Amino acid sequence: MGSDALLFYTFAAITVIGALLVVIQKNPVYSVLSIIAAFFGLAGLYVLLEAPFVAVVQIIIYAGAIMVLFLFVVMLLNVPREDAAEWDRSHPLYRPMAVRIGAVLAILLALELGWALSLTTGLGVGVAEGADAMSSVQKLGEVLFTKYMFAFEVTSILIIVAMVGAVVLARKREE
Amino acid sequence: MSSLITTLTSPPYDGYIAYGIIVSIVFMGLQLMAAVMVYAERKVAAFMQQRYGPYLVGPKGLFQPIADIVKLFFKEELRPKAADAFLFSLAPIISVAAAYLAFAPIPFGAPTTFFGLLDEPMPLQVSDVNVAVLVIFAVASMGVYGIVLAGWASNSKYSLLGGLRSSAQMISYELAYGMALATVVMYANSLSLREIVDAQRGYFFEGTAFGFIPHWYIFPQFIGFFVFACAGVAETNRAPFDFPEAEQELVAGYHTEYSSMRFAMFFMAEYINMVTVSAVATDLYLGGWHGPFNIPAELGGGWIWFVIKLAFLLFVYLWLRWTLPRFRYDQLMSFGWKVLLPMATVNLILTAAGVLYFGL
Repeated sequence: MGSDALLFYTFAAITVIGALLVVIQKNPVYSVLSIIAAFFGLAGLYVLLEAPFVAVVQIIIYAGAIMVLFLFVVMLLNVPREDAAEWDRSHPLYRPMAVRIGAVLAILLALELGWALSLTTGLGVGVAEGADAMSSVQKLGEVLFTKYMFAFEVTSILIIVAMVGAVVLARKREE
Repeated sequence: MSSLITTLTSPPYDGYIAYGIIVSIVFMGLQLMAAVMVYAERKVAAFMQQRYGPYLVGPKGLFQPIADIVKLFFKEELRPKAADAFLFSLAPIISVAAAYLAFAPIPFGAPTTFFGLLDEPMPLQVSDVNVAVLVIFAVASMGVYGIVLAGWASNSKYSLLGGLRSSAQMISYELAYGMALATVVMYANSLSLREIVDAQRGYFFEGTAFGFIPHWYIFPQFIGFFVFACAGVAETNRAPFDFPEAEQELVAGYHTEYSSMRFAMFFMAEYINMVTVSAVATDLYLGGWHGPFNIPAELGGGWIWFVIKLAFLLFVYLWLRWTLPRFRYDQLMSFGWKVLLPMATVNLILTAAGVLYFGL
């Protein structure tokens, strides 16, 4: 096993275990930290894919900016630890119908993932060939502002709308 | 002995040994800088307040940092009963690790052979990432976790308030910090710190009477430098922006409950962060290792310039701390959002126009 493969499995393990811990963890602060660990694993995978720019942006935006706000909210609201027994008794997700529908969805998801994987070709091909364009920040910027211009602008409008909405909702009512 | 050196410095090992040397230089150098800064801080403070400062341990009190470290090592490790044990220990580790990590992509000298020790000259830089500027920004944004978690895990109101203040402050000033970085990146047309430094070689107006002005970005980007300096001081939580540990209001802020080595880690992280911000400022605005005149390689080469500039910026840090009183919290916020950020944005737009239309 080459060092690349070793690194891949390490980062993949960090990502998967981190993502699992987010759900399993009872203390919400630990959940936030686990998801940060998962983001770091993902960033490592991006570096292995020769896209350091995407990796760093992933850390700046998700691990750096968004998760700090999450942590902020979780700490300030002082969300209590989840009590498993109480959860079992009262939560609506444990109604029999919900469990059945959820199980069907889970099986469908697993089947579709397997089906998609069986159809995917070129799994063994190295990534370096296609990665050139993505690793260069300049080329990424050019593609973003020419080919994907519409998607880019629509996304920015969406973000501005969300920002304005948040300000409107959070503002004090004047009466 | 010499044969060992020959073996280790020839292929295929020379890459590793060079790498080992550079990592040790940076790691030990940062630790040493932290110790020197502790001493310098106390001496400068004493000078500005017309006191003596430390003078008992060693000549002129030079060994005071060693005494401090020994004291911190042997102090009792206290942890509040209600604290979250795991996060309480993790927080200082995150802080100090982020501080060390942030120095990795910073170049501090032209390629050198270490006075002929290596066959190939190697750059004085731990890791030459092509997105170095962004890496520094990303790691700086990780440092806030150490402080926030310390505040939360201590389970004490002063710590929590300190941690929350710090995160609010760092998030607010990160924007201006990022804008200032982006402007330099645009001006130099590169994200690699090494290329940005190399673009600052030489002089402005070469061949004219003003040809002595070095080609440093601080001259065209003086607004950017001002924004970067303010945001840098705020990012490192130093006076006049030291709200997370405002003594009069919060005891000691986020590290109120910390003692012994865990406290020392926060302390070290703060000083290393100061060194890092100063080093980034040196590389981005003060021409890195390019000086008004060249220092020949026999005398050490360009990194001497780097060290001089770094030392000056660090002195400015101490100078600020003992000159300016602390802002009020609302002043800090309105300064960050209403002055620094618009200033940085206008500077960014003007620079973009300049680069696009006048080919600056």
